Amino acid sequence: MNLFNDLLNWLNDLFLPPAKSTLAHQTDALFWFVHLSSFVLTIGLIAVIVYFIIKYRRQSEDEVTPLITHNNQLEVTWSVIPLILVIVVFGWGYKVFVNQQVVPDDAYEVNVTAQKWLWRFEYENGATSTGQLHVPEDRPVKLVMSSNDVIHSFFVPAFRIKQDVVPGRYTEMWFNAPDPGEAQVFCTEYCGTGHSDMMATVVVHEQGEFEDWLAENSGGGSKPDDLSPAEWGEQLTQQNACRTCHSIDGSKMTGPSWKGIFGHEATLSDGSTVTVDENYIRESILEPEAKIVEGYQAGLMPTYQGQLNDKQINAIIEYIKTLK
Amino acid sequence: METAEASSNLKKIQVQRFKPESDPDETYLTEETGIWSWLTTVDHKKIGIMYLASITFFFFIGGLMALLLRTELWTPAKTFIEANTYNQLFTLHGSIMIFLFLVPSVPAALGNFILPMQLGAKDVAFPRLNLLSYYLYLAGAGIAVFAILNGGIDTGWTFYTPYSTSTGGAVTTMTFGVFVIGFSSILTGVNFITTIHKMRAPGLTWDKLPLFCWGLYATSIIQILATPVLAITLALVAMERILGIGIFDPALGGDPVLYQHFFWFYSHPAVYIMIVPGFGVVSEVITTFSRKHIFGYWAIALSSLAIAFIGFLVWGHHMFVSGQAALASMVFSFLTFLVGIPTGIKMFNWTATLYKGSIDLKSPLLYIFGFFFLFLVGGLTGIVLASIALDVHLHDTYYVVAHFHFVMVGGMVMAFLAGLHYWWPKITGKMYNEILAKIACAIIFIGFNVTFLPQFVMGSQGMPRRYFNYIEQFQPFHQVSTIGSYILGFGFVMVFYYLVKSIFRGEKAPANPWGSRSLEWQVASPPPLHNFHHTPVIVNGPYDYHKPMDEFQLGLAESGNGHGHESDAELHTDGKSIEAE
Repeated sequence: MNLFNDLLNWLNDLFLPPAKSTLAHQTDALFWFVHLSSFVLTIGLIAVIVYFIIKYRRQSEDEVTPLITHNNQLEVTWSVIPLILVIVVFGWGYKVFVNQQVVPDDAYEVNVTAQKWLWRFEYENGATSTGQLHVPEDRPVKLVMSSNDVIHSFFVPAFRIKQDVVPGRYTEMWFNAPDPGEAQVFCTEYCGTGHSDMMATVVVHEQGEFEDWLAENSGGGSKPDDLSPAEWGEQLTQQNACRTCHSIDGSKMTGPSWKGIFGHEATLSDGSTVTVDENYIRESILEPEAKIVEGYQAGLMPTYQGQLNDKQINAIIEYIKTLK
Repeated sequence: METAEASSNLKKIQVQRFKPESDPDETYLTEETGIWSWLTTVDHKKIGIMYLASITFFFFIGGLMALLLRTELWTPAKTFIEANTYNQLFTLHGSIMIFLFLVPSVPAALGNFILPMQLGAKDVAFPRLNLLSYYLYLAGAGIAVFAILNGGIDTGWTFYTPYSTSTGGAVTTMTFGVFVIGFSSILTGVNFITTIHKMRAPGLTWDKLPLFCWGLYATSIIQILATPVLAITLALVAMERILGIGIFDPALGGDPVLYQHFFWFYSHPAVYIMIVPGFGVVSEVITTFSRKHIFGYWAIALSSLAIAFIGFLVWGHHMFVSGQAALASMVFSFLTFLVGIPTGIKMFNWTATLYKGSIDLKSPLLYIFGFFFLFLVGGLTGIVLASIALDVHLHDTYYVVAHFHFVMVGGMVMAFLAGLHYWWPKITGKMYNEILAKIACAIIFIGFNVTFLPQFVMGSQGMPRRYFNYIEQFQPFHQVSTIGSYILGFGFVMVFYYLVKSIFRGEKAPANPWGSRSLEWQVASPPPLHNFHHTPVIVNGPYDYHKPMDEFQLGLAESGNGHGHESDAELHTDGKSIEAE
């Protein structure tokens, strides 16, 4: 038995991401049941075929084969046994699915908003975060999710859960992460240019640490004392997923690069020019459609009106100034 | 008394044996020549060949795109193409391979050529409609190519709303192209069903129908019933884009999940449009090269129909995480498992057919064994995905990508190649290089596994599909997969090389190089313009390998229309009398 468990653990490490939620092991157990029984079946059937090929290889051109048209007993057997097996797999899969679906009553609720190409999280006390979902350890967390544009999908491999996030309706999912740490979030419903960069991290805190984080960020956040305005700006551009579309090394992505942009003139799509200064950057953050730089597509960047306060915008401007 | 009554109902027909010419002077290729005779032909054989040439062209275009995609994935982020180009490429790879290659591959190319011959008919029931189907296919393909050159599409082949109704590019043109191709598919389905019902030669009762025909019959039913739903769905998408009518876009009051229901109502059965004809090929090749009667004829024939039927009721398994009701997911999951049963029955029956056979490992059979392993893996990973809890983790990851490539390429393309090699001597009258064929089969098999096995692992670990960029942990898997795709690509080019070469330099093929009992092999290679110089009469089934060859190759001794259903016949062949049931 021990040896079997060791084998399973070894396979788990090889094929599946680390299990970081309370339900992940249920999925993994079923995963291995189906895969190992399929493996046995495959090997068995291939072995029979190989045996037949060797045994009944054509020896001469005049060989005559016997007439075997069917065998009811055999055919019923190989219909009924797989039927029983798949019904077991069905029932097992459904049972785990129900566990994944039914949210415990005491779950801690977080609102999730998806849009091209970022994840924004809103907490009970008004705190918000983008790109990082902060949750307490060892407590069920329920996500109430909606999209601002197209369909996205919230996928945490380490929790073995996934749920589409649809515009015009709310979808829900829940998980319980027993230990502090981090888990990767992917968007798994194709949503355009930045689809593969639409990632986030689940940060699981110890209970006290989580309370501290919530308190610090209530009401939208202010500059941490240990950071300069430009450093804070850099942090904000990462948290708000600005860098999904704007590079800082001059390479062309979905939006213009920020490298050396400050103080330079930019040509707009209507042919006019504008100097990139504090006002232009502020306007571009709050009303992205107002002035589109030539060569870039309109309608891609979301507005940050109501997401970033003046202090945060100032910090981002300070940061962009440093990118010479 | 009973005997007397029974025999009074018997209609006596005189039959005689017609041995096919070994070196025919006149064939369908020599009787009408010139480019115009091809473009206006109503001959099912020439139309089949035109389909074959077209799908081969699109297969290599789609394959080239796959190689570009795999090359781009050599490193995370940009390797040599931009994200938007990447997104267009995977959309086109999927659309071209599915709508322009897989759907018409076996039915329209091989089916067109072989089906009337297996029925002992001169042609399909509606030859002109058959030509129209081909031109609709070509027109649809032309519109799709125009869309690609004129803005491109980046929606994925699934065209999910509201992304597809809001993104730029030529989505409307592309959907129109797919819409037109759909009609080609419907008309082919109508044609085949009518042909199978009305054009069977005397004595060819339903229980003597080759299993390839049963496969095409089941496929045609799906084509007729499912494709119109795709047409309606695409028309609705176009209406939303052009007229702003809110059907799927929530901003206009529509429901995006409704689109997914419509789309998969077609596209799941479409998966069976692609694979069921492949099952038919497997039955033909396995019996011929093991020289043995098929095991469980009715089980195989009816399981195709069962798959076609249940296949209509499982579309919701693509939507377990879409937000559909948990109860709906449960029902769809259960029905999906049920589809696995008839598919499993087929696998077991084919294996049992080999028992006590006389197995000759020629290249078509090698492709079928490739099919066996790959389709088994594809099918069993389908069982994994049908289980809701597992699908929640694996949905839209590379696990799914690997699964459907195992079914579609490992299953369908291998079956298609088996069929192509099997019927190549009949189609062209030439033999290909058997050694090269065996080597190519091995290269394709190895290349395929190197490409797609790592994708199961990275999918299980969480690598999502349709990703231009990826986290570094997945890079080794992507690189192995990319190397595999080059091997696979080389294998396909090799097949193309030796098959085309055989047309010019191949040895002449005898009428029946494999010793098959099936009707299409009882005429010369290549066949005469109207397939049979005589009306064939069928006494023995297509898998009656226990009976000697001279009980086949029979035809009406006198001329006559002969298209009746006389299953009872008293036969005299070369003075020998055969009591038929």
